[in-house]
Amino acid sequence: MGKLAVEIAGIKMKNPVMVASGTFGYGKEFEPFLDLNKLGAIITKTITLNPREGNPPPRICETPSGMLNTIGLQNKGVKNFIQEVLPFFAKLNTPLIANIAGETMDEYVEVAKILTREAVVKGLELNISCPNVKKGGVAFGVNPTITEELVKKVRKATHLPLIVKLTPNVTDIVIMAEAAVAGGADAVSLINTILGMAIDINTKKPKLSMTVGGLSGPAIKPVAVRMVWQVAQVVKVPVIGIGGITTWEDAAEFMLAGAKAVQVGTANLINPDSVIQVIEGLENYYK
Amino acid sequence: MQTTNRLFFVIIHPKMPIHEKARILEHIEVAPKRFKLVISSLYISTHAQPGQFVMVRVSNELDPLLRRPLGINGIRKDEHIIELLYEVKGKGTEILSKTEVNELLDIVGPLGTGFTIKKEKPFAIVVAGGMGVAPMCALIGELKKQNKKTMVLLGARNKETLLCEEAVKVQGIDCRSITDDGSNGRKGFVSELLNEFLNEMRESDFNTSTIFACGPKEMLKVVAEIAFQKKIECQVSLEEKMACGIGACMGCVVKTKSGHKKVCDDGPVFNANDLLW
Repeated sequence: MGKLAVEIAGIKMKNPVMVASGTFGYGKEFEPFLDLNKLGAIITKTITLNPREGNPPPRICETPSGMLNTIGLQNKGVKNFIQEVLPFFAKLNTPLIANIAGETMDEYVEVAKILTREAVVKGLELNISCPNVKKGGVAFGVNPTITEELVKKVRKATHLPLIVKLTPNVTDIVIMAEAAVAGGADAVSLINTILGMAIDINTKKPKLSMTVGGLSGPAIKPVAVRMVWQVAQVVKVPVIGIGGITTWEDAAEFMLAGAKAVQVGTANLINPDSVIQVIEGLENYYK
Repeated sequence: MQTTNRLFFVIIHPKMPIHEKARILEHIEVAPKRFKLVISSLYISTHAQPGQFVMVRVSNELDPLLRRPLGINGIRKDEHIIELLYEVKGKGTEILSKTEVNELLDIVGPLGTGFTIKKEKPFAIVVAGGMGVAPMCALIGELKKQNKKTMVLLGARNKETLLCEEAVKVQGIDCRSITDDGSNGRKGFVSELLNEFLNEMRESDFNTSTIFACGPKEMLKVVAEIAFQKKIECQVSLEEKMACGIGACMGCVVKTKSGHKKVCDDGPVFNANDLLW
């Protein structure tokens, strides 16, 4: 283990740099561009109990130094994930963290139980914050009582390390972080995308099919650094910083704000080998 | 033994893309706001298939953030060269149009599923509208190589934006063209040329023909409908805004009979009958 090795929520990682859910597919797409064994951990695209078609197109639009998305958690469901995706991860020595979501608390619990039976899955990240799905996501993450109850239920269903990914679309993210910890979270990761909107002035219509979507990329970094700093002051569990990390300097900034680890997100879509540059830069920084 | 492993991998995964900085050899404004980029890339020129594309980073700045998908216009395997053809449409392509010869272009490719040229189909009808001609030049070259009897039908807004006509004719391939304003002779839409040509063809040749089409969505819809009526196989290349281009983000999906499919990975070329228009 190198100097950057960390243990987050009981998951041993070679370095504190992970790839954020939804920006790295299921890993395989990035195999031509980088050595997946160099990553701290891989977090999957959100997995749900049943397959989801996701939202209609258009699903993305570029904004200044960022992008909006409304993918709508398109995925083939947990059964397909186990059959088609997991065998690939069995060959890697990078820990796999499954990001999960559901439309009801029971669905979260069910997916958590199913994945807990799979030895390749080293941890769970609860997506309680995806702002795109009308019925799901956002309803859990914006209410501290519901957040705590949900985390408690999933906690009972799994012995796996449990990370709760927080939404920034709340009045006070510290309250949500405390609720997640009270429910039994081993770590919190933040921030998910910030709710945004863009309108095409020629067609006079929203640029996204669902009108609003999640903003990500360098544009949201200062908001994310602020929230990580606020949460890290208060909670006792590790904080994982996410939001616009494109370079190792960005990652270092999050660590200085109190993050024990980070996730690279949108940058993966722009330079498929971004995460390697972040890791190598940090190795140098912490020499 | 690293090299051997990699070589093996390349052979079993012909679609495998790379991320590289490739030298710009030529950069020409071929028509108002339409540019041709000639790039040196051994790997991409070796592995690219007609209908595939590359993702181009227009600058190292964070704004504009996303890469731009550009169709591969020409594949010159012997010279290790690929050609890209694009229209300046916004901030990204505007910046790209300012890059100069000898600069290094940050590209990822070759990407996507291109056209399928089938042994049992000796006849090819290529239909291109506007900038939809971009991936068709590479296709036409391959059709010629495989001795397909090819008819190329080109449509554009006007004479100035009617591209590649000479390049097709020089190769001795049949080509007809039409413009919206009639500034190059015939006035009308490329679908009219298609209907006319199909009337000239023997109906018995329809099931051994393929229509390859690229252009604006409305044009593709009409072409797909014609092909469906005449029971001719039709492959269309779609254009969509993309974030990653490698099948990871699911941002560029299109509705098909079997659910949402990724334009960047399952496409950009689709069987017209599979799409929900």
